Amino acid sequence: MSGIPHDHYEPSSNGEKWLHSRLPIVGLMYDTLMIPTPKNLNWMWIWGIVLAFCLALQIITGIVLVMHYTPHVDLAFASVEHIMRNVNGGAMLRYLHMNGASLFFVAVYAHIFRGLYYGSYKAPREITWIIGMLIYLLMMGTAFMGYVLPWGQMSFWGATVITGLFGAIPFIGESIQTWLLGGPAVDNATLNRFFSLHYLLPFVIAGLVIVHIWAFHTTGNNNPTGVEVRRTSKADAEKDTLPFWPYFVIKDLFALVVILAVFFAVVGFMPNYLGHPDNYIEANPLVTPAHIVPEWYFLPFYAILRAFDGDVWVVIAANFLTGGIVDAKFFGVLAMFGAIVVMALVPWLDTSSVRSGRYRPMFKWWFWLFVVNFFVLMWVGAMPAEGIYPYIALIGSTYWFAYFLVILPLLGVLEKPLPQPDTIEDDFKAHYGKSSTKEGAPAATPAE
Amino acid sequence: MSNAEHHEGTRRDFLYYATAGAGAVATGAAVWPLVNQMNPSADVLALSSIRVDVSGVAEGSQITVKWLGKPVFIRRRTPSEIEDARSVDVSDLVDQVARNANLDGSAEATDENRAMDESGEWLVQMGVCTHLGCVPLGNAGDFALDGGVGGWFCPCHGSHYDTSGRIRKGPAPENLPVPPAEFVDETTILLG
Repeated sequence: MSGIPHDHYEPSSNGEKWLHSRLPIVGLMYDTLMIPTPKNLNWMWIWGIVLAFCLALQIITGIVLVMHYTPHVDLAFASVEHIMRNVNGGAMLRYLHMNGASLFFVAVYAHIFRGLYYGSYKAPREITWIIGMLIYLLMMGTAFMGYVLPWGQMSFWGATVITGLFGAIPFIGESIQTWLLGGPAVDNATLNRFFSLHYLLPFVIAGLVIVHIWAFHTTGNNNPTGVEVRRTSKADAEKDTLPFWPYFVIKDLFALVVILAVFFAVVGFMPNYLGHPDNYIEANPLVTPAHIVPEWYFLPFYAILRAFDGDVWVVIAANFLTGGIVDAKFFGVLAMFGAIVVMALVPWLDTSSVRSGRYRPMFKWWFWLFVVNFFVLMWVGAMPAEGIYPYIALIGSTYWFAYFLVILPLLGVLEKPLPQPDTIEDDFKAHYGKSSTKEGAPAATPAE
Repeated sequence: MSNAEHHEGTRRDFLYYATAGAGAVATGAAVWPLVNQMNPSADVLALSSIRVDVSGVAEGSQITVKWLGKPVFIRRRTPSEIEDARSVDVSDLVDQVARNANLDGSAEATDENRAMDESGEWLVQMGVCTHLGCVPLGNAGDFALDGGVGGWFCPCHGSHYDTSGRIRKGPAPENLPVPPAEFVDETTILLG
């Protein structure tokens, strides 16, 4: 499957040969697990395993939670309390599922920032990147609908605000909103369909994850130097790589254990820290909570949504140029979705031929500013839309778009990159030197 | 014989397009019920009009009733609220259309065009912020009178509505809409 030359599975026993000629499943698993992986991968390359773990955790805890949950406006809130108080181990299962969503987003943001810094989106890995963005969108949809299910105040009003985004679409918005809700407002029909989709989408994500892995197993992993693995011969490739099993599996599992130690500390000792107390009040369509805040992982995009009000000149200009079709509300919605679209298009917006940020002296600064800006937007998204906060949100949103639409296209032309190592092996030796125990050892032989 | 010699359609071309067309129509017919099932069901549509007894609403107070799954504010305004609402020049407004379902869609956003009766004592409007659908808080915001009387403020994204429910400040694009409403007797309002 991989373009990097390596040993393939050879069935030895008669039983293996019998199976292999009918269904080459062992060969598929062997090639997937033994894929040559650049041996200089650093600790930012562990998030994929964490993400795979999160998906499994959410699907498994979700399936058992559904055994006790009732998707009806009169019973949903009570059934969640029933899980918390009566079901054996129910509180733990629910807290794992709740905080599992947060771990999922911590990991996905780290994974995306890794990709942005090391240029993992650049040719030939554009498809991997696009599929990753689709997975990220589905994750957001799934998390949003899952948050509605406990039918607390934040569930209800979050659903009202987010489905209201579709109502902002000119001409057909209201019909789309009614169609999505199954009525004039968020009600039982909405809860039922969100439950159905919340159960479905994780399996769609699982399918896309397979395609994501298939894509980067075809191109090979990126690595911190951004230099490609040599494909001139199997011997050359083996100098740059190690097989995924056991080297990277063990490394990734070690990282997972460390992360899970922190995760279980949160689940055990502060399970509601990332939640909102208002969601322990049952949904009431006649009272809005004083301050509607989405879950933390949506805050940067929520800040972008709110940043563009009718006083901003681009909004006024858009309103004028489209004859009033694009108003402040629709502009905010376009900005929010546009923030993700520009990120998805980054393979074509970044003009630099150098992949890794390690060899891009100017890019580094802009990248870290982008990361800081992400956290600023997250912070300002949780603040009320008054006083200084809308201005901070506007500056942050502007930088988000400027990073993708102005800075990355220009840097490729203006920047003088630093010299890159010729091979991954050179970089590896420079880091670990002659004293390394791995030096001179036959790289591709798995330890017994 | 090769199709290249037949520039006009052959029987095979006809069969190809006819089959593809029939397949597309059949697929559409099969998908449509799956899409349409998500539209409001008959019982949801049936709850489209209600009667509200307003005999207990004192001057300067407001009740909220649920109609079509959404809150409706029914407010009995004080003379100072009415005076404040009627002193505003329409050209100062963000949204200069009345948004009153009982009037023509182009009616100006004067308080007379939004209040239910001529004296302006009764103001009936949807309690749904036109930004993203939160319920605004009553007697609040920058356009409440001294002492916090009248006016509405949406806590979600900071939209301020005046004593006539018109948007004055913040991200909301439109005035709070006035639903179809009429007095069926002295103390009963029919919504819808």
